[in-house]
Amino acid sequence: MLKPIRFVPAGTNIRFVNKRGFAFTLSAIILLASVFCLTSLGLNFGIDFRGGILMEIRSSNAVNIPQIRDRLSTLGLGEVTIQEFGKETDALVRIQRQDGAEKEQMAAINKVKDRLGSEFEYRRTEFVGPTVGKELKEAGIIAICLALLSILIYIWLRFEWQFSLGAIAALSHDIVSTVGLFALLQYEFNLATVAAILTIAGYSINDTVVVYDRVRENLRKYRQLELSEVFNMSINETLSRTTMTSVTTLLALFSIFFFGGAVLADFALAMIWGVCIGTYSSIFIAVPILLYVKLKRGDGDQSGLQAPEDER
Amino acid sequence: MLQFPAWKMTLVVVICLIGTVYAVPNFLKTEINENWPNFAPGKRVSLGLDLQGGSYLLLRVDLDVVIKEYLEEISTDVRKKLRKARIGYSKLGSTETSVSVKIRKKEDFPASKDLLTNVDLKSDVEFDSNGFVKITPRDEALEERKLLALQQSIEIVRRRIDETGVREPTIQRQGTDRILVQLPGVDDPDRIKALLGQTAKMVFRLVDLSKSVNEAVATRVPSGSELLAPLVESASEPSLYLVKKRVMVSGEHLIDAQATFQDGQPVVSFRFDTNGSKRFGKVTSENVNRPFAIILDNKVISAPVIREPILGGSGIISGSFTVKTANDLALLLRAGALPAPLTVLEERTVGPGLGFDSIEAGKLASIIGLCLVIIFMVVAYGLFGIFANLALFFNIVIILGALSALQATLTLPGIAGIVLTIGMAVDANVLIFERIREEVLLGRTPISAIDAGYKRALTTIIDSNLTTLFAAICLYSFGSGPIKGFAVTLAIGILTSMFTSIMLTRFLIVLWLRGKRPSSLPI
Repeated sequence: MLKPIRFVPAGTNIRFVNKRGFAFTLSAIILLASVFCLTSLGLNFGIDFRGGILMEIRSSNAVNIPQIRDRLSTLGLGEVTIQEFGKETDALVRIQRQDGAEKEQMAAINKVKDRLGSEFEYRRTEFVGPTVGKELKEAGIIAICLALLSILIYIWLRFEWQFSLGAIAALSHDIVSTVGLFALLQYEFNLATVAAILTIAGYSINDTVVVYDRVRENLRKYRQLELSEVFNMSINETLSRTTMTSVTTLLALFSIFFFGGAVLADFALAMIWGVCIGTYSSIFIAVPILLYVKLKRGDGDQSGLQAPEDER
Repeated sequence: MLQFPAWKMTLVVVICLIGTVYAVPNFLKTEINENWPNFAPGKRVSLGLDLQGGSYLLLRVDLDVVIKEYLEEISTDVRKKLRKARIGYSKLGSTETSVSVKIRKKEDFPASKDLLTNVDLKSDVEFDSNGFVKITPRDEALEERKLLALQQSIEIVRRRIDETGVREPTIQRQGTDRILVQLPGVDDPDRIKALLGQTAKMVFRLVDLSKSVNEAVATRVPSGSELLAPLVESASEPSLYLVKKRVMVSGEHLIDAQATFQDGQPVVSFRFDTNGSKRFGKVTSENVNRPFAIILDNKVISAPVIREPILGGSGIISGSFTVKTANDLALLLRAGALPAPLTVLEERTVGPGLGFDSIEAGKLASIIGLCLVIIFMVVAYGLFGIFANLALFFNIVIILGALSALQATLTLPGIAGIVLTIGMAVDANVLIFERIREEVLLGRTPISAIDAGYKRALTTIIDSNLTTLFAAICLYSFGSGPIKGFAVTLAIGILTSMFTSIMLTRFLIVLWLRGKRPSSLPI
């Protein structure tokens, strides 16, 4: 018979909540650094949001980037960036938004194709006009806010309001630090990134909810125990699950990162970061924060509103 | 014995079977799929443009032009009516939303009031005591015009694209002034963009011979005439034409146009309907030996001299055509004119090479991801891991079946969604198994530990999956094309994984318990 391996042994008792000072400091540093990167470096918006032209080209042998740059630089298209993409035969050409209306953008695409000629395979051409770029930006912001709001309301309905504060704090922490990472690395921030952020939000809240469920259960079960003890117990009891799920999700994400092609690699990377930070925040942020939000407990309130519901 | 009623067992088996039946066509070779019996579902997952290659164009219809034309119509009517009644007026003009005119003489006020009150039935007409008249089309009239123009534009776009021979294009209205065009298999949409970039309004107008072009440029363009540039600039054609503004015959009356050859030169032959033939015959009879201009979108194609009256209603347009431009012009004339100009707001084109590579990469990533997760689950949970893996397998089958049945579009991010689901789908089983382990440690018997594990994990599973589902829904409402595909697979994956990891694993475990009656759990 197959003998299962327990990655987190039963009876593990790490005193996570007691290390909250360290965790809060670390998170404060990460958040401050994120805000600093955002304000000083800014985000490297892709054409989805900024408007502009993106072309993925392939040549029969390794692409000579300086040569392509020379050929395109005389076209007067403004800022043109060229980078290798996935393979050495492939390159991404990004052209800034052209002055004028949509017509000028179309003209620019044709100019590039004329200049580079038929020795390249045009694998992908994307053009986003200024109008659509602005709309996509607004829609992205609205979607992230709506997701946060609906999660906030759901947690509020299912738990007490204090929990939803903690959940949103952890979630915002994850989102801000992910955006900060994109600013720091100057990775392209595009539609796929927004999708990644929303999925990270979903994953992170999933993780938080699992721990919270256990906290709520234990709060009812152990009324006399100190809060931080209940929290530690809850985190440790769910620790095996938290690591198992993180590992399976990371396995899937790493396989996208390595084998899913260059288009998905950035998305996978954002998600990998998100899974790590999401797991961290549910343990070190979401739960310890509950110490500071005046959690109601049965022992402090004998009015009978919280009838004992020990399910055992 | 662990509770699992027969009807639930049947339900689980039926759902898995239905999922499999719908998913199967995706794995068959095309030939087999074509001979698949009719009663069985034969639809495959439809691939997004980023996977099969193709072009996505978002177009905007410039509806301001339509409103401007509407106001011009009103002001032409006003002019006609006032002239006919010999009422003196001045300052006839239009703003962005209304037409205004001043009646000169006080004694004409009542008469003009009678004339203009009903000049346009869908407009409000105001008169003031100084003789100013303001005609404002009502909002619903404007909306009606815009909607009509949008619908006409969609129809014309469809006809033009159909003429080019693109297979299965999708042309949809989006919002109040946009058209979404999806062209599978088109990796160079330049020709289509060029075709859609022209309104293709063709008119026949007389050339004004009262002045030469140079004179008109130097002095003054006669009123009722204007200077127009040629469509194709060339040395043999003049650089400007002086053309009368009045339209003799317009392209609306065309019923056919074909590219042919005349004296070895590409030309376009055309034919008018009955009304058009009559007018064309009348105009050409009255103007023999005078040049008339054939004008497309305010550019002169050519200005031949009328040698004899053309009474048959058909003729030939010659000009500086190549075979390609003659073909395109014939196509545009056949398809009809757009009511308003179109601009491309967004374009995403993926070549077939990249699409194919993306599918291959997606498959590879899915298979490797799946294998890794399967191995890991067996290592961590042993026999129970195998149960979870069977559930995972059916989860993917049901996702594919659901995508095929719903004909949802699978995009590259959609594949990422499936791979991510593979990783996250086992979460519910992880929750259940961990809970069972805890219950076992508390000294419960196998059956009661499993029962308690499922029961207690359930609320957590529902809570955590619902919140992820919220994120997926927000993503769906926000996203365009490929991102929507991601949201769809993620959402379907969440729902199906809840079914497989709760119901299906329970089903398997119950079967195992009944067969084996173990005294302890291998978990």
